[in-house]
Amino acid sequence: MTTAPEFTLCEQLIVAASEAWRGNGELVATGIGPAPRLAAGLAKLTHTPQLMMTDGEAYLVEDPVPLGPRGYDDLKAAGHLPFSRFFDAAVWSGKRHAMVTPSQIDRFGQTNISYLGGTYDRPKVQMLGARGFPGNSICHINSMFIPQHSKRVFVEGEVDMVSSVGYNPARRTPGANFSRVDLRLIVTDLCVMDFGGTDNAIRVVMLHPGVTFEQVQEATGFALEAATEIRDTPAPTAEQLAIIARLDPHGLRAVVLKDNPAGKRS
Amino acid sequence: MNKQLTIEEFVASLKSGMTIGIGGWGPRRKPMALVRAILRSDLTDLTIVAYGGPEVGMLCAAGKVKKLIFGFVSMDAIPLEPYFRKSREAGALDVLELDEGMLQWGLKAAAFRLPFLPTHVGLGTDVMTHGGFKTVQSPYDDGEVLLAMPALKLDAALLHVHRADRLGNIQALGPDTYYDEWFARAADQTFVSAEEVVERMDHSYPEDARANIVERCFIHGVIAAPLGAHPTSMPPAYGWDMKHLKSYADSAREDGGWDRYLAETIGADEAGYFDRVGGKDAVTALPLPIF
Repeated sequence: MTTAPEFTLCEQLIVAASEAWRGNGELVATGIGPAPRLAAGLAKLTHTPQLMMTDGEAYLVEDPVPLGPRGYDDLKAAGHLPFSRFFDAAVWSGKRHAMVTPSQIDRFGQTNISYLGGTYDRPKVQMLGARGFPGNSICHINSMFIPQHSKRVFVEGEVDMVSSVGYNPARRTPGANFSRVDLRLIVTDLCVMDFGGTDNAIRVVMLHPGVTFEQVQEATGFALEAATEIRDTPAPTAEQLAIIARLDPHGLRAVVLKDNPAGKRS
Repeated sequence: MNKQLTIEEFVASLKSGMTIGIGGWGPRRKPMALVRAILRSDLTDLTIVAYGGPEVGMLCAAGKVKKLIFGFVSMDAIPLEPYFRKSREAGALDVLELDEGMLQWGLKAAAFRLPFLPTHVGLGTDVMTHGGFKTVQSPYDDGEVLLAMPALKLDAALLHVHRADRLGNIQALGPDTYYDEWFARAADQTFVSAEEVVERMDHSYPEDARANIVERCFIHGVIAAPLGAHPTSMPPAYGWDMKHLKSYADSAREDGGWDRYLAETIGADEAGYFDRVGGKDAVTALPLPIF
């Protein structure tokens, strides 16, 4: 494995994010948004070929579908997983690991995509609605991709509307089974975090070269833990960059991060 | 037996205050011709149940909606539906916000004539607290506490499909049929608009019987509406009209934008609608979306 000469920070994040699915085996890898989708494709094409994925619509594919415009018939379906079967087959069965970009995340890993500010009856800013987040979070593995690490995303208190379950003991309905709640990685433009801290607290495990823990803490609304040994986020290899380029022929990854900064090696 | 209705007969069979489920998913295969008929009518105080797309925004903008029961409202490439958003931010709607899976589960409970179905989904979230959902305990050894998703009973369901016959046999082609069959089985009456209405399905399209997503005993009215999903997608026949959806979305930022859209685009009748949106040929030629 040779290390490529040049790469962007976004490509470095895609490589880091693809690690979320390592060793997951036969389950549906869903990356929502360009970077998570490229990360899922990279995971399948490198370390975890057993992963399943869809074309973003109704079919299961063995070759990850490239982003952006292409011929309608370019994709070769290997199986069928329409929305009409999605909850039975992929979500409630637990056979899925999704990477999503919520608008807010709190210290318990609870997220919000529903509304910001105001009340349930009169939100200040209405967003999508909870979509599948309640079910995803209580049934299968989830990770997160945050292109702009800030206190607006990593909020100080609880998120405005708890759309997905985290590890908040106050929200554990007595007698209910929360054993499948399984939050793995949070990849941001500053660092990689997991839920390996005290009582599943969010913990910094990797820093992108040039970023300090203090800088990450400063951009986070709650106290972060630090892994015993914080590593530098690795640089992509030439092979990984080639796969990413093939999966993103129109270069949509260039607009994921503000000003598309260059990556750094340690 | 002949279930065929004109679009006027269809809209006359609905009543204000009804709970109406709308099939399709976001900007996909929505019964837009039927929704436009509602927009042109005096119907009001409706409770709408949907995986919402532009139909939800339009019905909200027109003041038809008293309560909205939804898993999401989105137009996909335009993630946030602007009129839905306006109505929510004005506090103008009663809402029951659901997880996507809970919505179909509630429809299934209604279809099976059950008061509720148990699920893990919603537990530990504000969907549960805001929705006022109750729990139920498993009577078996596990003793698990589960959320009891109440049946979502519908007075009427509206669907748009490719083919229907006068007996109520329908066929939905395309890669996904969403939860249309459950909307139909959860409803007292289901009205289906179709690209094509034939005399007898077995005489016209017997080779596609597997596309019959729901049995005809659940179908009460069939309405011919060629291109009736426009501006939403109707694979494999035609794609969504993103240009149209963008200009619809833009209208929400203009003073009097909705009134103009209603007058100039929805207009007085379905017959003239396609002239107002660029002609039937242009709609037929809309490419299928790429994901």
